[in-house]
Amino acid sequence: MVDTQPTVTQATLVKKAAPKSDYKPADVSPQRRVQRSYTIRLWSIRHSRLLEWFYSRFADMFLLLHPLWKTIGYGRVEAPIKFVEKRVKGLMFDCRMCGQCVLSSTGMSCPMNCPKQLRNGPCGGVRANGNCEVEPDMPCVWVKAWEGSRNMVKGDAILNVQKPVDQSLRETSAWLRVTAQAAATRETASKEAA
Amino acid sequence: MTPPRPRQPDEHPDGIELPLDPLPGHSSRGRLERVLRRGEFAVTTELNPPDSADPEDVYNRAKIFDGWVDGINAVDASGANCHMSSVGICALLTRMGYAPIMQIACRDKNRIAIQGDVLGAAAMGVANILCLTGDGVQAGDQPGAKPVFDLDSMSLLETVRIMRDNGKFLSGRKLTTPPQLFLGAAVNPFAPPYDFRPVHLGKKIAAGAQFVQSQYCFDVPMFRTFMNRVRDLGYDEKCYILVGVGPLASAKTAKWIRANVPGIHIPDAIIKRLEGAQDQKKEGKQLCIDIINEVKEISGVSGVHVMAYRQEEYVAEIVDESGVLKGRQPWKREARSDDQRVAERLEHILHDDVTESQVDMVKTAH
Repeated sequence: MVDTQPTVTQATLVKKAAPKSDYKPADVSPQRRVQRSYTIRLWSIRHSRLLEWFYSRFADMFLLLHPLWKTIGYGRVEAPIKFVEKRVKGLMFDCRMCGQCVLSSTGMSCPMNCPKQLRNGPCGGVRANGNCEVEPDMPCVWVKAWEGSRNMVKGDAILNVQKPVDQSLRETSAWLRVTAQAAATRETASKEAA
Repeated sequence: MTPPRPRQPDEHPDGIELPLDPLPGHSSRGRLERVLRRGEFAVTTELNPPDSADPEDVYNRAKIFDGWVDGINAVDASGANCHMSSVGICALLTRMGYAPIMQIACRDKNRIAIQGDVLGAAAMGVANILCLTGDGVQAGDQPGAKPVFDLDSMSLLETVRIMRDNGKFLSGRKLTTPPQLFLGAAVNPFAPPYDFRPVHLGKKIAAGAQFVQSQYCFDVPMFRTFMNRVRDLGYDEKCYILVGVGPLASAKTAKWIRANVPGIHIPDAIIKRLEGAQDQKKEGKQLCIDIINEVKEISGVSGVHVMAYRQEEYVAEIVDESGVLKGRQPWKREARSDDQRVAERLEHILHDDVTESQVDMVKTAH
């Protein structure tokens, strides 16, 4: 048997015809290249329960500060908050600033790091070792998400069907949006009670 | 004259290209849904899309499935390789009365294009849509393309379901006539995270999936474990599960697929069996039949999806020899008695060199 001879597909022909040079980009997709190392991201997933606990306190604190945000004006605080949010979440989760954070529903594994940006579960191409189909060296975002969600108290939020990303909200602060929405629902609830 | 053939089940009396009468409880007017809801074991297959602009290529490739399958998948650039579009294939197939299952992959189109295609397809008579995420562009022949992935398979399912059930676009704008569709999705029980996969199926059902087609099944015990879990969760009653099967051409191809096609799991035992065979191609076909015979007995399985890429000619034999149809014959394009009469008359006009006067015609008529 001539097992060593690989089958020639259209894709191999294209790859062969591509111009050759000494410089080869490190990863396959531009998606992967802009993010830094994913070691910290994996740490966050391993400690998803701790982060979940922290996040809920953090959200409460933000909600407490709602009068302050409102006095300064949400539009005016957005720039500094976004600056901090982007860097903190970028370091912890390789955040892509989609503006609609679903970390609590995805086991603290940011789904925007998936090369297909899937927000509802893994695709069918996950490798047998649990790595990504597109980026062979990266652990599948959704394999990790499932592991992370199993550690969380409200981990079953992973079963909710997520709406498609609203691209017009890219590069905006999810923290402020969630706070403003929570404040609005609190107000309507108190109005109804009264 | 040949006697008129009995009317086939699931065929519109006024023309094969017309949608069937709506039945209570059915969401589409297609044949596949009728077959599945009647509780018959369904067989679907995949058409190898041509790299050409010739409609005959599509018809010739569909013809070999005549009378053996209940639905034909029109693939949407599978493996990210460019071919004739699934919309185009469906337009051709519906004209001839076939029941195509239109695949939509999220890789190439954003939500605006997809919703437009759904309406167009439904207007052409497409009754089944299979919602997929799609392979990454790096897998195909044009790795420099921009991957779109605006929706994912789940939000795509939900989008089409909203269009069908609520009669609205995703934006909330109203449709004057909503599409009538039978919605499908894909599952892969053979890729990690294994314990998430059954729950993931449940998520797809919640998003709108009415039938699912699985990835190639070569590991029956693994599939059985998946189905046990699915039955425990009660999902087999909420959706029809079609198992993906297919013949392997040789041990070499099996090894190549295992190494290069993501998401296909082929156990060593299968490769060993192929290597040990005299005629590997024949053994591959036999193996496929054996797997069908095993999976059809698993409770909760409603049919098989035979994917015989570049071996389409074996689909009929595989279906026949596995006996899954139990004597039932799926719809097949045949000349009806009125078509027959027209054909005979045309034959007479075109080829019998007769010059009749009107007087002669009246005489022969009496």
